[in-house]
Amino acid sequence: MTSSLFGLLYTEKFHPHPEGPFMSPAAAAQFYAAPIGKKVIVAVTGFILFGFVLGHLLGNLQVYAGPDKINAYAEFLHHNLGLLWGARLVLLASVALHITASLQLNALNNRARPVGYQRREAVESSYASRTMIWSGPIIGAFVVYHLLHFTFGAVHPDFKDLNPYHNMVAGFRQLPVSLAYVVAMVLLGQHLYHGAWSMFQTLGVSHPRYTPLLKRFAAVAAALLVAGNISIPISILLGMVS
Amino acid sequence: MKLTLHVWRQKSPGDRGRMARYEVQANPHMSFLEMLDVLNEELLAKGEDPIAFDHDCREGICGSCGFMINGVAHGPNKATTVCQLHMRHYRDGDVLYLEPWRARAFPVIKDLVVDRCAFDRIIAAGGYISAATGSAPDGNAVPVPKDTADASMDAAACIGCGACVAACPNASASLFTGAKITHLGVLPQGQPERYDRALRMVAQAQQELFGSCTNIGECEAVCPKEIKLEVIARMNRDFIKASWLRRK
Ligand code: HEM
Ligand code: FES
Repeated sequence: MTSSLFGLLYTEKFHPHPEGPFMSPAAAAQFYAAPIGKKVIVAVTGFILFGFVLGHLLGNLQVYAGPDKINAYAEFLHHNLGLLWGARLVLLASVALHITASLQLNALNNRARPVGYQRREAVESSYASRTMIWSGPIIGAFVVYHLLHFTFGAVHPDFKDLNPYHNMVAGFRQLPVSLAYVVAMVLLGQHLYHGAWSMFQTLGVSHPRYTPLLKRFAAVAAALLVAGNISIPISILLGMVS
Repeated sequence: MKLTLHVWRQKSPGDRGRMARYEVQANPHMSFLEMLDVLNEELLAKGEDPIAFDHDCREGICGSCGFMINGVAHGPNKATTVCQLHMRHYRDGDVLYLEPWRARAFPVIKDLVVDRCAFDRIIAAGGYISAATGSAPDGNAVPVPKDTADASMDAAACIGCGACVAACPNASASLFTGAKITHLGVLPQGQPERYDRALRMVAQAQQELFGSCTNIGECEAVCPKEIKLEVIARMNRDFIKASWLRRK
């Protein structure tokens, strides 16, 4: 008997299937045509992006260890072209799929209630969960700006290649820039406050005992992400990192 | 107690509809529907058209009744259908807005009455098991573990009132469909058709133009039978697995 993560999650016993471990294009298209199929894509790509933003934070926090440390980390990434471009391709594909599927679902949802209510009250849902369609696109716009700022240096006052320490310090000394980063991180925190447990529910992982723990995990992860990332522009503005 | 009601009035499916204002004298012992009965008597006496609303058992078990009260499906009480909501929960001078369930898949027939046949078609698509007819099988021929029976019964408590759709910002029928898929899908008797059922019922809900789930939990909060979001996770799981089994 073969086993796999999929088998563990979705079957009691995993039988090797004569069709092999992949979906045919026709079956994949049929899966994606269903709203649940699209939502699964949002969840899987959201999971990948969530993993990335956590890893990215750990990379960023090396700024507190001084210029040598974080600049050496940048060197390391840029000299592993396979790793760098592999990760970039996966992230680019994830972002494209995440945005496409979530916008398609949003269009479907808007069509599902042509006449709205005059009075409407939310009973249980969080503000974050109701505003995913706003936090998401704002994060998307921020990512474009962020790449132009720190990756391409196109909108940076004094960009130096492979010197992230200098680029951060010089970049964040501009107050409006730092503010934009803070706002974007709060929105990312909101997006993940809901998203980081919602993705499990979408994939069918739910349990009366563990789901409350997952919700707490999402809240803590979102808070740490916001606090960790925001601390950098703030430390630079306060002159604690220079 | 004197109440002011703003009620959605719509003569027919094609009518544009509007909110109309009424005043009614109620007492705390009345149920919400009895309060509307009193108002309707007055309207009839004046030669006006009474407010149409769905109801049948008035015991909270049939799933006929339901409308929005101040933007909340079935009103403010947890685990309570509108027929089981009593006027003692309101105070003199309260202003209440009554609106029908709103969803593309639930067109308004008249006033507060909507057409919920879409739910029937979802059930027809897979809400059954196949059993040999003829002599009735022995009641306990298939042993069912206690917690399996409990999980099934919890899902089977769904009365199909439509509050989940009404409360969902996406007008999604996921809680309903998930409950129906879970109710049969956890039982041994439901296994042979389990994955077909998930595919068919999910496809039917899509065809009825219900929205998709964003896991925000408004449905669970208003459900008079306290159906849990877990049934949606289970529907997703069965749908994913069914798609995988059919991957050629
Ligand atoms: C770093 C960037 C991002 C991360 C880490 C992220 C993460 C996530 C996660 C984990 C989910 C939950 C998936 C689920 O409920 O199954 C999600 C949902 C969603 N995301 Fe993102 N996302 C990001 C960017 C974006 C962008 C750019 C958009 C723009 C359209 C977007 C729009 C949405 C929408 C609309 C949902 C669905 C919300 C719902 O169903 O409640 N996200 N995201
Ligand atoms: S009338 Fe039967 S549940 Fe309310």
